[in-house]
Amino acid sequence: MGCNKKALVALIGSVFMAGTTQVLAGSSASMMANTCAGCHGTNGQSAGPASPNLAGMSESYFNDSMKAFKEGTRPATIMDRIAKGYSDEQIETMAGFFAGQPVYKAMVPHDAAKAKAGAETYDKSCAKCHDEGGSLPGDDAGILAGQWLPWLQYSMADFKAGNREMPKKMAKQVEKLSDAEIDAVLNYFASQK
Amino acid sequence: MANFTRRKFLQVTGGAVAVSSLGFPAIVGAASKKVVVVGGGVGGATAAKYIRMADSSIDVTLIEPNTEYYTCFMSNEVLSGHRTMDSIKVTYDGLKGHGVNVVHDTVTDIDAAGKKVMTAGGKTFAYDRCIVAPGISFASNIEGYDEAAMKTMPHAWKAGEQTVILRKQLEAMDDGGVVAIAAPPNPFRCPPGPYERACQIAMYLRAKKPKSKLIILDAKDKFSKQGLFMQAFERHHAGIVEWVSAEKGGKVTRVDAATNTLYVGDTAHKVAVANVIPAQTAGAIAIKAGLTDDKGWCPIDGRSFESTIHKNVHVIGDASVATPLPKSGYAANSEGKVAAAAVVDLLNGREPGDPALVNTCYSVVGPDDAISVAKVYDLKDGKLNGVEGSGGLTSKDSSPEMRAREVDYAYSWFANIKKDSWG
Repeated sequence: MGCNKKALVALIGSVFMAGTTQVLAGSSASMMANTCAGCHGTNGQSAGPASPNLAGMSESYFNDSMKAFKEGTRPATIMDRIAKGYSDEQIETMAGFFAGQPVYKAMVPHDAAKAKAGAETYDKSCAKCHDEGGSLPGDDAGILAGQWLPWLQYSMADFKAGNREMPKKMAKQVEKLSDAEIDAVLNYFASQK
Repeated sequence: MANFTRRKFLQVTGGAVAVSSLGFPAIVGAASKKVVVVGGGVGGATAAKYIRMADSSIDVTLIEPNTEYYTCFMSNEVLSGHRTMDSIKVTYDGLKGHGVNVVHDTVTDIDAAGKKVMTAGGKTFAYDRCIVAPGISFASNIEGYDEAAMKTMPHAWKAGEQTVILRKQLEAMDDGGVVAIAAPPNPFRCPPGPYERACQIAMYLRAKKPKSKLIILDAKDKFSKQGLFMQAFERHHAGIVEWVSAEKGGKVTRVDAATNTLYVGDTAHKVAVANVIPAQTAGAIAIKAGLTDDKGWCPIDGRSFESTIHKNVHVIGDASVATPLPKSGYAANSEGKVAAAAVVDLLNGREPGDPALVNTCYSVVGPDDAISVAKVYDLKDGKLNGVEGSGGLTSKDSSPEMRAREVDYAYSWFANIKKDSWG
């Protein structure tokens, strides 16, 4: 292994740079985001069986979700209570942290036959907004690929019951699908690796 | 231009070089940075892991007597037969993967002035910063409840062998027997724990021994999540569970292990199975090291969890006085991360930043029924503070559908906190 002096100096310099003090008002992004890990996994990579992955989620999706929890406009078990502990600025800081993490696709238990059938429904009804199998952190679409199946099912149940508002385009598509087709497409999303 | 070999590189930089997991040499300051973590429960494990994640140039040694650790959380589900001991077992392999030096030994003393830790194995570990996560030890508030009595009237308040003893007693009990839980006075580890335990054991009794009863003899007049637990006792465990407050004759003062009898003053409760949970203080090593106050707990600075008694020693988890945070597993995990960040900052010559903490705690109280409490915490005027308007309890009116979801999220909490702490 050879390395010249100039590179060595640059390397040392960069290491020291990384360690310089950064003055932040309030808690740092990692300090706040790490408090989520006990339920959503280290760096937002959930070990399941139901808590969703936050890793790689778009900033806008994270912000919208937390603000909806805070305002009580999205059904929740516990997130409504937790979201109320943060200012909008703090939520945006955490959003930046999770958006900076690579998308994580968990090894999610699912029904392989349903997932296969769901692929067709996905192409026809979902792919336009939830592109690349639901793995692209689009602006307002959450990451669905490799998400834990119970969470996908709960979310869809809330949409269908009218407890969570669907974007117009989504409502139009969901309306056309049978329960079996929806079940299949959720298994499809869960199956994405 | 000289060609540097790795060996030469090490020589040039005076040996203060660690090789990170990526294989790139990371330059450490003039001196090496050593952290010793005492105790491998949820707080200690989390702190060790998060220091290594934030700064892999720091040398972290975690000292813990057990090679396998059983989590207290979800151990009530072992008592009801809903899960196995294996499912609450964790090992230290995950921490080793983060480059933590795991030593299985018992710390016998901490020399805060000399910045070193001594072990039963005769070893001495020098540190720049020490993190003490000693858990709890038991106080002697109940006459006759000694080491020998614990074998027949288990506390099961440290999971492991004690959990197994209690489960076996429940299995061996005849239908129609009475199970007593003696609930401890405040403050104690896992405030909702005794009441979730009552629910879990009651589920087992209803299924397998329906003529049996469970009585909670309480040293207190009120308890955590009380309204929700009382609702669960009525909804799921009517005719089995009875709660007796201290003022109604619940405060156990003495036990007789030979006859399995609990005494409240002169009133005797002779029972089939006695689960006696005594009053608690900080873990023994914290007391030995002089880290405790006159009440037996460890006062800390809320920004860094550094002891206000001994410099360079941080205390986290159940042993610390982190009020208003409860003595819970999630709080210990959260405190471990705050202490880790503070230690990383201090060892790199920075002031610790503002802490952020959360507590989230689930109790599984019946079939498809779980309840929770949560709160967000920060630092206000130099003190730990519950953020106004945040957190609170599951609604008493929440639907069966949402209660069932809380069970799934309770299990998610369990899977993730295990992995986040030890994985």
